[in-house]
Amino acid sequence: MATYDFLFDSLGLRGWCGDDQGGLSSMADLLGETSGQDADISAWDTPFPSLDALHDACSAIPQSRALTLGLERGFLDIKDSLKVVVDPLTQPLSWALNDALWVMQAVPWWIMIPVLMLIAWVVGRSIKLVGLVAAVFCLLAFVDYYDYTMQTLAIIFVCAFICVLFGVPIGIAMSRSDRVQRTMIPILDMLQTLPPFVYLIPLIFLFSVTEPKLYGIAIILYAIVPVVRLTDLGIRLVDKDVIEAADAYGMTKRQKLFGVQIPLALPNIMAGVNQTIMMSLAMVVIASLVSAPGLGVLVLRGIRNLELGVGLLSGLGIVLLAVILDRVTKAALERINSQQPG
Amino acid sequence: MSIDNNPKISVRNLYKIFGDNPQAALERVKEGISKADLLTETNHVLGLNDINVDMPTGKTTVIMGLSGSGKSTLIRHLNRLIEPTAGEVWIDDENILEYNEKQLRSLRQHRMSMVFQKFALLPHRTVLENAGLAPSISGESRKQYKDEATKWLDRVGLEGQGNQYPVQLSGGMQQRVGIARALTSNSDIMLMDEAFSALDPLIRTDMQNLLIDLQNELQKTVIFITHDLDEALKLADHLVMLKDGCVVQQGEPQEILLRPNDPYIEDFVADINRARVLRVRSVMEKTVGAPGNVAGDVDHEDTLETVIALSEGDTTKRYRVTRDGVQVGVLDMRTLVRALVPQGGSSEDPRLPELAGSDA
Repeated sequence: MATYDFLFDSLGLRGWCGDDQGGLSSMADLLGETSGQDADISAWDTPFPSLDALHDACSAIPQSRALTLGLERGFLDIKDSLKVVVDPLTQPLSWALNDALWVMQAVPWWIMIPVLMLIAWVVGRSIKLVGLVAAVFCLLAFVDYYDYTMQTLAIIFVCAFICVLFGVPIGIAMSRSDRVQRTMIPILDMLQTLPPFVYLIPLIFLFSVTEPKLYGIAIILYAIVPVVRLTDLGIRLVDKDVIEAADAYGMTKRQKLFGVQIPLALPNIMAGVNQTIMMSLAMVVIASLVSAPGLGVLVLRGIRNLELGVGLLSGLGIVLLAVILDRVTKAALERINSQQPG
Repeated sequence: MSIDNNPKISVRNLYKIFGDNPQAALERVKEGISKADLLTETNHVLGLNDINVDMPTGKTTVIMGLSGSGKSTLIRHLNRLIEPTAGEVWIDDENILEYNEKQLRSLRQHRMSMVFQKFALLPHRTVLENAGLAPSISGESRKQYKDEATKWLDRVGLEGQGNQYPVQLSGGMQQRVGIARALTSNSDIMLMDEAFSALDPLIRTDMQNLLIDLQNELQKTVIFITHDLDEALKLADHLVMLKDGCVVQQGEPQEILLRPNDPYIEDFVADINRARVLRVRSVMEKTVGAPGNVAGDVDHEDTLETVIALSEGDTTKRYRVTRDGVQVGVLDMRTLVRALVPQGGSSEDPRLPELAGSDA
């Protein structure tokens, strides 16, 4: 006997349920059967009328397992047609990641490290920063993590670049239209709060695990949020009086965007880029679960094989990488701020 | 000083109502509902109510009113930063409300310039680049507009500051950049939205004098917004008094001061130093006949203050008033003293009999 039998009996739906209380459907029934008592449930223990509880009373109601199974089957059904569309669209991402990984590893270390130092100098103009970059890469190379570090860096460069490429225009569109903003904000909230592992599951179904775009998409979805948000915020925060002046002197929308709004929003946009880079670094570690190469693989090895030393050292490597990426982008931000008094 | 030349800008039957359904509210307004009733009954704000103003070419028109009177809304209709609910705005005999986007941009780039209360300079551009905003918008390179922008920066007293950033300048200097920016655009019309209100009093006087000098030299059509009556009287050739979105009185400032037609304006003008503002021509007796026994000559543009100083306070004297050396009237010191007392005193003035009726 199930708790909600009365519901279907009193509504006269027993016939619709299509069974005559045959078979024992739940563990409670079975237990009741073996112990010789009827499963007489006190009011205190009344179960919530969930799918499972209702199924006990009437087998025409599906169990909740059927719901999750249905979702899975539904996804599998549309998978092939979805793949026809998504696969070619995302193929360039695979190429970019493959090429970046190849370049970063093919170039010998005695060219690569100076090049990275040069980039740090161009962006930050600080000798101390360049020294820090050199020290970190030499340390990681010294403990034979050079290749892993380069792989991680390659993935971050590609993913962060694509985030900016798409994130800034999306942010601009949001700042220009309240309607776009209203539709985008829930999507951004969802991307930001959905546990990163959850992105991975449908992506595994959709693409082969050997394809780099699998983790590339996961990283981009996770890391694109800050640059979108801060671009939108930055442009909306531009002084209304200055915008009015631009209008009063007859600027076109385009002149206003590139001549006033983007330059004045640049500090905020750069803060968004900084956050995006940091979040792609966080995600690249998780993405090693789906075959992303790099330092994350070592962390995973540390967990799987309980190799404490490997886990700690690669963890430290990730922290160091995070520190230099953060410092270099912050230095760039600082430079923009100082060029733009006010 | 009289306004007989063609108006540069004519505003006709202009209404502006803020709210969700301004057209429906407009019907109510035309039926004569008050601003407060409109707000409580329909939740619409009456911004401007049937505005009709002519702004003379080459003169300074001052629009004056307290905050909330709609003066900033009105000036923004002149370059359509705000779209009206109904009405017409004619500039050089063209109704700018019929302009398409391109014509409107051209109007804003070449025929109008604007100076803002909060300066509104572009913080990421140098002073020179800010001054050259208008030519740069029409596509001129820095090299092309440099001479013109430098010329006007020098004229407003900012020699050698071209490479500074706005934030490095004081408020008064920033507003000079704002004025140089307006002048560099070479437009006939200058809109000035409370341009000097954010400045401290001494700098403000400097800036007013700068504007008067520039006006004498350039004769632009200036539309100046202010909430300060002293400033309004100092700058205005034509004064428009706004209250709750309506024009209460407009005309020559001297006229408004001597014959306020509304208690609101009487309150306004009550605190004014009339001796400094009123001019001989406004209070003199117009006659070309023999002046009789006079103590001397005064010019028709002299302020009463000057005449009082000249007479050393002797109220028995009479002066001959001249324009370009020719007699245009006679000023009795007793008339002068009477004119210094606002309203109550002047309603007994035999020269102004019509006032007794219109005061009620």
